[in-house]
Amino acid sequence: MYKYDQYDQQMVDARVAEFSDQVKRRLAGEITEDQFKPLRLMNGLYLQLHAYMLRVAVPYGTLDSRQMRMLAHIARKYDRDYGHFTTRQNIQYNWIKLEDAPAILADLASVEMHAIQTSGNCIRNISSDQWAGAAADEITDPRPWAELLRQWSSFHPEFSYLPRKFKIAVIAAEEDRAAMRLHDIGIQIVEKDGVHGAAFYVGGGMGRTPMIAPLIKDFVPLEDMLSYAEACLRVYNRYGRRDNIYKARIKILIHELGADEYRRQVEEEFAHVKSLGIDPPKAEFDRIAAQFAPPALDASAPDEIDRSDPDFAVWVDQNVAAHKVPGHAIVNISLKPVGGIPGDASSAQIDLMADLAEAYSHDELRVTHAQNIVLPHVRKADLYAIWQKLDAAGLATPNLDLISDIIACPGLDYCSLANARSIPVAQKIAARFSDLGRQKELGELKLKISGCINACGHHHAGHIGILGVDRKGTENYQLLLGGSGAEDVSLGTITGPGFDEDGIVDAIERVTDKYLAERSEGERFVDTFRRVGMAPFKEAIYG
Amino acid sequence: MKLLTGNDLKTGFVTWWTGADWSLHIEDAADVGEHGEAILAAEEGARRVNAPYIIAGEATPEGPRPAHIKDRIRALGPTVRPDLTLKPADPNAGDWVI
Repeated sequence: MYKYDQYDQQMVDARVAEFSDQVKRRLAGEITEDQFKPLRLMNGLYLQLHAYMLRVAVPYGTLDSRQMRMLAHIARKYDRDYGHFTTRQNIQYNWIKLEDAPAILADLASVEMHAIQTSGNCIRNISSDQWAGAAADEITDPRPWAELLRQWSSFHPEFSYLPRKFKIAVIAAEEDRAAMRLHDIGIQIVEKDGVHGAAFYVGGGMGRTPMIAPLIKDFVPLEDMLSYAEACLRVYNRYGRRDNIYKARIKILIHELGADEYRRQVEEEFAHVKSLGIDPPKAEFDRIAAQFAPPALDASAPDEIDRSDPDFAVWVDQNVAAHKVPGHAIVNISLKPVGGIPGDASSAQIDLMADLAEAYSHDELRVTHAQNIVLPHVRKADLYAIWQKLDAAGLATPNLDLISDIIACPGLDYCSLANARSIPVAQKIAARFSDLGRQKELGELKLKISGCINACGHHHAGHIGILGVDRKGTENYQLLLGGSGAEDVSLGTITGPGFDEDGIVDAIERVTDKYLAERSEGERFVDTFRRVGMAPFKEAIYG
Repeated sequence: MKLLTGNDLKTGFVTWWTGADWSLHIEDAADVGEHGEAILAAEEGARRVNAPYIIAGEATPEGPRPAHIKDRIRALGPTVRPDLTLKPADPNAGDWVI
């Protein structure tokens, strides 16, 4: 994985020093909160319901064990012994003291991490496929390109004050595990005539106006990728609305201009940008790519798994995925135990996952947008030992992609923007469907909960989505069906009137019962919904 | 009743105006009545508390209770982590929020 060079380290160290001084001045009363707020937000420090919240960037979700242990250390020393992994493949701490923030950022910098550009109207953390470099279906590892985009977008002077925040995802497989088309720019590395290029999807997003990104360019030569991205951003920066925060995202601009006119302007800008020499020389890209060289895996390692322990076998079937190298596997660690808080992990659990990565996964971990953790390069022969250690730490819940593998934002329990609590709803649903046999009978079912219209919990993209709203001071939950953030991307549709906290759990049970009654052989929930439409589900829910 | 609340500058913790100072405990909160805006302006100037604002509440035998659930959660702590609230030993503390 990528290691900082002297420039990366200098930039991060300089920012730590700068922010430390700003905090000192704020604590001394030399600057007001109005003056300080934009400065702290540039360093990922929010003020939430109960305390300051620090959002730490995890570029394309990739970590090594040293970095993971630092995340545990921060949770233990500065927070309340846990962290919350997010749908942006980042981690958040909910109980940070302002006076500790400089020390935390210095600790992060010591392991090549930071919280820069995890807030504000800039290009945010680049996200990617959590199985990158390991997935059997990818055409290349997308992370060198994600890293190139990270370097290009870090402190980009032209794009530090965009009309609104900007999110980019990069994938290189047909299966979309990163919700690529629900980003401001989604890049898919594709192959044409034996050559790799970048397909650009621009103008997707969730929030109050969800949109699926249209294809703007089907094949950009990879040596032009940065110039093309620069052109996409420049047109947005020039014409994106700054007068209305709700209409400021690029999706609104493209919707209003039309994809064809936006594409024409981007092409015109690209012709100019290409002459500026933004794209790196091949040697520089090769330097980056070399750091993502595949680990030395023994393709002759045993491919058989001893499944004699039935609990282990259940976990293997649900949480272990195929690796591109025989004898190896991808381990998906669920952070969704029944009764737990989706995405939360204690410092001890974070340390354990770091230990497992170091011992068994070539020192690599990934954070997924579904709020789980991945060990990407594991020998099949080691799976049982890993499972035993995970199980002892409460990390072996075998529910990947099942109904209890719920994405949930922090909601009103933590977030100052939220209108309703998300976590208790997730917990009640997980409890209602706690029987694993029942979950497996339902099959792949992606349930996503947001506590407000900003959609951090990706409710638009859930096969079943839940949106918490404030109805005259009372929490109320709207139900959506038929969304997907994967390669079959679609936006969910609201079923009708909302429910209270217990009512939404009952409604979901009626929906799943209806699915079981209607489904044809081999259909997932979302397939059945698409075939039969909303009407039978609505009838089941409302009578 | 009207309550004045904000977040402590150093810690970010939720804090309540007691009539003379700030407290982490809503039981100490005072009814600011019609003086809320003036106190808010003075306290903002003192720069000890971030983003102070005035909320509606009601007087109950247990003490002041904010009208909106968001402020009740602020007053107690996250309903999903009783151990992290201001009343970790009270298993029913969350009932006050809902």
